[in-house]
Amino acid sequence: MTTLEMQDVVKEYHLRDGWRGERLRAVDHVSFTLEPGRTTALVGQSGSGKSTIAKLLMRLESPTSGRILLGGRPVGRSRSAQRAYRSQVQMVFQDPFGSLNPHHTIEHHLARPVALHHPRMSAAQVRSRVLELLTRVRLDPTEEFAARRPHELSGGQRQRVAIARALAPEPGILVADEPVSMLDVSIRLGVLNLLGRLQREENLGVLYITHDLATARHFSDDIMVMYRGSIVERGPADDVLLHPRHEYTQTLRAASPDPERRLAELA
Amino acid sequence: MSISTQEPQPPRTSRAREVDGATPGTPDAAPARSTARRRRGPSVPLTPKLVVGLAIVAVTVLFAVVGPFFVADPSRVDDIGLTPPSAEHLLGTTQTGQDVFAQLAYASRGSLIIGLVVGVIALVLSGFFGVVGAYAGGFVDESFSLFSNVMLVIPGLPLVIIISSYVPNKSVWLVAVVLAVTSWAGSARVLRGYTLSVRSRDYVLAARVAGEPPSRVLLVEILPNLVPLLASQAMFAVIFAILGEAGLSFLGLGATGSFTWGTMLYYAQNGLALRLGAWWWFVPPGLMIALFGAALALINFSIDEIINPRLRSQTRRARKRWHLDRPAPVAAGTTDTPTEATA
Ligand SMILES: Nc1ncnc2c1ncn2[C@@H]1O[C@H](COP(=O)(O)OP(=O)(O)OP(=O)(O)O)[C@@H](O)[C@H]1O
Ligand SMILES: [Mg+2]
Repeated sequence: MTTLEMQDVVKEYHLRDGWRGERLRAVDHVSFTLEPGRTTALVGQSGSGKSTIAKLLMRLESPTSGRILLGGRPVGRSRSAQRAYRSQVQMVFQDPFGSLNPHHTIEHHLARPVALHHPRMSAAQVRSRVLELLTRVRLDPTEEFAARRPHELSGGQRQRVAIARALAPEPGILVADEPVSMLDVSIRLGVLNLLGRLQREENLGVLYITHDLATARHFSDDIMVMYRGSIVERGPADDVLLHPRHEYTQTLRAASPDPERRLAELA
Repeated sequence: MSISTQEPQPPRTSRAREVDGATPGTPDAAPARSTARRRRGPSVPLTPKLVVGLAIVAVTVLFAVVGPFFVADPSRVDDIGLTPPSAEHLLGTTQTGQDVFAQLAYASRGSLIIGLVVGVIALVLSGFFGVVGAYAGGFVDESFSLFSNVMLVIPGLPLVIIISSYVPNKSVWLVAVVLAVTSWAGSARVLRGYTLSVRSRDYVLAARVAGEPPSRVLLVEILPNLVPLLASQAMFAVIFAILGEAGLSFLGLGATGSFTWGTMLYYAQNGLALRLGAWWWFVPPGLMIALFGAALALINFSIDEIINPRLRSQTRRARKRWHLDRPAPVAAGTTDTPTEATA
């Protein structure tokens, strides 16, 4: 199976302010590795660069310096290399209301990635794969959901569609950028449990980006704490949360409600 | 009926249970409703504005397409000059005895052709420089945007005057091309701004992550959002073209030997129609221009309301309804809503 590795990656944005150009270092010398079968949580305050890391991993942005390696090898620039990369690395976006195109049916959203990554499938095979994906994320009756448009689904159902779409190319690595933060508290755990189950079944390497320490601890093997673009602390989930060393992690820990109680609240 | 894509309560015929771990009773969405609506895409609200606009446009287009087949030769000169409307000449005759109704039919055709050609060319140009530029980004966007801005400040009228002084026999096409070239830049800027906002939406990023090739992202994921805006910009281009052509023709700078509403007005003006009280000569083309322009504007307003639903509820009638819905204040001072200072 494949690993996804970030090596000393820096991302700088140029902010144009009149004549003067200013640079903002959103990601500052970050290195980590995602392995199959392991869930790594990335926590940090707003603006610390978490989504930028997700965008870099999805090649929606290119790093200012540093390398991103898939299976130990850098990714080529050609279209076929990009496609091969995207069949291995997929992403679930934060906002289920924004990540599905209101003009297209659920079937379109799932059939496109299936067809793109399995060019030899016939139309009928693509369709049966779409229905299978819907079953996997527990959207039954599948035929009916396939024909619907995003606005005819609830937030939780949309996020399930987004998860199904990310699974369509059969990736080895899944990046989930705050996958439940836009959902109602009462359904968050359902979506997270679904992600956790799929992660185990497919032996996925997951990068779980979140604000929520409680779910980070519950669903991840490792935790990385990000502060102003750099990773200030990392380690096994329990270690990081129970014995935080970096002072930012300590304030984060103190500021968030008791993880056990919070998890009980969610359930 | 509305086209809003955000339904507050999605209709559900069956319950998809939150199976994993969650307690079985946790609500995922609003309670199930038995009516499952199936809509193919957003539907357009048929407001009175839209209906009236479409009706006028339809009648005008029909007249322009069919009319010329049923009328006499519009240029045939007769010795019955300046007769008022009669059974024989529905809209009377010009100074040289030409049938005004026949001229109006041909003029409508001429004006609409100009409008259509300019609309199409302007749509293609503004779509290319606005949408493609914004989607490609980087250097392409910068240069397209610079080019649009340069085109934006080239004034159309002086350009046409210069061209017409060089080209003695201007065809309708030349006039149309000149009008189109000088009119697309504004809408290219509008389209660019909107495309930039659509481009960074999550579903566009998601399509890229899924591996969609750029051309498909543009055509399938972005373009459907732009359709109302494109339609409204094209409509503006048509209005601009028809009015612009009328203006040019009225100044005697129009295409040679063509019939348009503008040339009719030009000949009426030259024939002293106003001084002689021959209203049947200049009122019909003027009225056609006004009506058709108004109809397109009405359609445009309706499209604007589709793009921006906030405009829809801002009509006076809608506001009156809100007032009716509000419970009438019992007595001043006892109501909890603060009363505006009226004194
Ligand atoms: N396209 C961009 N251009 C310029 N600056 C950007 C851009 N995208 C992000 N930034 C900046 O980079 C920094 C990191 O942003 P990022 O979106 O990664 O934060 P985040 O950790 O995901 O925050 P949140 O938890 O609120 O989602 C922020 O200061 C942001 O303003
Ligand atoms: Mg973010």
